[in-house]
Amino acid sequence: MDEGLHIISAIVEDRPGVLFKVTSLIRRRGFNIATITVGSTEKEKVSRITMTMGGDVRIVEQLIKQLSKIPDVVKITELTPTESVYRELAIVKVSAQDQAKRSDILNYITIFRGRVIDASKDSLIIEIVGSPNKINAFLDLMKSFGIAELARTGMVALARGTKSMDD
Amino acid sequence: MRLSGAKAIVESLKSEKVEVIFGIPGGMTIPLYDAFYDSDLRHILTRHEQCAAHMADGYARVKGVPGVCTATSGPGATNLVTGIAVAYMDSSPIVAITGQVPRAMIGKDAFQEADIVGITNPITKYSFQITSASQIPDTVKTAFLLASTNRRGPVLIDVPKDVFSEEVDLDSAEKLNIKGYTVRSGEPHPYSIKKALGLIMGSERPVIIAGGGVITSNGSAELVKFAELIMAPVATTLMGKGAIPETHPLSIGMLGMHGKGECNMTVESADLIIAIGMRFSDRSTGNLENFGESAKVIHIDIDPAEIGKNVRVDVPIVADAKKTLAILVSKLSEVGSKRGENEWTKKLRELKAHYSSNYREADGGLRPAKLMKLLRDAIPGSAIVTTGVGQNQMWAALHFQVLEPKTFITSGGLGAMGFGLPASIGAKVASPERPVFNIDGDGGFIMTEQDLATAVMEDIPTVSIIMNNRVLGMVRQWQCMFCNKRYSETDLGKVPDFVKLAEAYGAEGIRIESYKDFETAVKRSLKAEVPVVIDVPISADEKVLPMVPPGKRLKEVIWYG
Repeated sequence: MDEGLHIISAIVEDRPGVLFKVTSLIRRRGFNIATITVGSTEKEKVSRITMTMGGDVRIVEQLIKQLSKIPDVVKITELTPTESVYRELAIVKVSAQDQAKRSDILNYITIFRGRVIDASKDSLIIEIVGSPNKINAFLDLMKSFGIAELARTGMVALARGTKSMDD
Repeated sequence: MRLSGAKAIVESLKSEKVEVIFGIPGGMTIPLYDAFYDSDLRHILTRHEQCAAHMADGYARVKGVPGVCTATSGPGATNLVTGIAVAYMDSSPIVAITGQVPRAMIGKDAFQEADIVGITNPITKYSFQITSASQIPDTVKTAFLLASTNRRGPVLIDVPKDVFSEEVDLDSAEKLNIKGYTVRSGEPHPYSIKKALGLIMGSERPVIIAGGGVITSNGSAELVKFAELIMAPVATTLMGKGAIPETHPLSIGMLGMHGKGECNMTVESADLIIAIGMRFSDRSTGNLENFGESAKVIHIDIDPAEIGKNVRVDVPIVADAKKTLAILVSKLSEVGSKRGENEWTKKLRELKAHYSSNYREADGGLRPAKLMKLLRDAIPGSAIVTTGVGQNQMWAALHFQVLEPKTFITSGGLGAMGFGLPASIGAKVASPERPVFNIDGDGGFIMTEQDLATAVMEDIPTVSIIMNNRVLGMVRQWQCMFCNKRYSETDLGKVPDFVKLAEAYGAEGIRIESYKDFETAVKRSLKAEVPVVIDVPISADEKVLPMVPPGKRLKEVIWYG
């Protein structure tokens, strides 16, 4: 379980400037978020913004209240880690020149259910999907081999069960 | 019906019952002004866009409906920014219409282009940029709805020049459909009312803190009834001044950094704080760590984000102040719980008597407190007072007793010097039959003084009383008290001759030298047909006292500087 992790999910209208309004408010009021992702949803002209942050529940509550005042934010809620599914994707370029190290890396990839998505003579690019904790654990392992580059998507999440947030 | 975008704006403003617009034309709003030329909307040509925004704000606060201002693109729009920020901080409904460069030139750094939507995003309830004339009717309608409902505030509409000229068919115009905004009923939840009543009945030392929300919801009469039923003293924030007549026995004046001694001490000793339509600003609470530490808190506000933002609350009530007070009054009357004189009210009287003797009237020179009292006695209770920002504002807040709601107009949250004169002009336009006085400082008056020209041209006779100490007084006071009298850049030196300055604009200037002169000047100005400027020389060493130093708790008051 990701302790102290708060996942905030917002259904917003897909209008020009909506992401700006959301991020501008976060900056202005000094909220410190860890990740933010935006993407389309099952509905036309509606996007979902997923944010994560650590910290005090009062601060999370205040962020939600402030964001819900933006008229473009149709609905906003906190998804608790126990009652939702959440995933992040990372792609990481690891140097793998020597044969022994390369086979160690491939072993770890199997354990973490990652995938090699590109390989060159001296390096591998690995895709890994999971909770932030799982990705962090994998990246810790990769550090000893030498991480050349890293890109993470930030988290997406949905509540468990049949109910839709937009109902 | 087909018409140009500019005419569609005029028609949309008329359907919102707009009567007056404050503004200055410019390159990108020429088509809009061409549409104004044939319309019966009153346009007041200001001398600076900042003043157009402050006037719209002053108008809105007195009239209770959105004020409208307009400016051209780029510098015109950026000049509005201070005025919009003032309205945002004080939840005042204004609608600002700005011109923008033509659509094809947006983002190309065209002449007089500024991203006003981006700039004003954090200081408006919403900033629209119109991208097609067919959006105009619904955007204007939505702008007025946003500005004037729930917690009120400014809305901006940015219109590219070519959109003003584009044709729109009013019958098939686009609908905006803002799904994320619902107008709240303002009705309190019955469960919260029940819990609040429990706390109220169980309290021995209740105090009410009334903010601007009581005034905007027109809840003053209900507030007074409620206070009388539970015999609770009523403190106000700066924005709440006028929520209760300050001559009422239960009124204890303003609380906070420059609050009255009896008021701060009462709030410190309360066992229940009933905060209504206020947001626990740092200027009101002092150090938050100790604020209300011995009290339970009921917080009534229309904005759910204010609940729990600064102060932990025992009973939150997200609702309209007037509606909530009316329900509390009727529930309390039902159970017949009317309190009489008790230990708490006795203590209140003692505190008042004790602290009133602390306000000293030293000899020599004209003293602000006495001037404020003389002003109160000389003008009707319905007269409107606006203020500048700084010492003049705090003297007015401390010593000028406000008797009716919406008669004390001040830049509370933002604290923008230069607000007083243009706000007085807007207030007078909203209510021409009432006298309007701007209590200002010499520093602030100079910041927007050019709009005396507007007041003269448009026959808007307001009166500015300049508490002339030839210094930036509030900063100088802090330098005196906290910087060992190192008066860095607060001496304005030779300020203009305000009598000559007034006369240069075609206004009347009066310099006074005594209290008697002051009374005569005020009485004379009540009958004046032109704007009046009264120059009141006071000592640069006058301070606003009492004062709670920043970061201290309310009872840590400094009485003498």
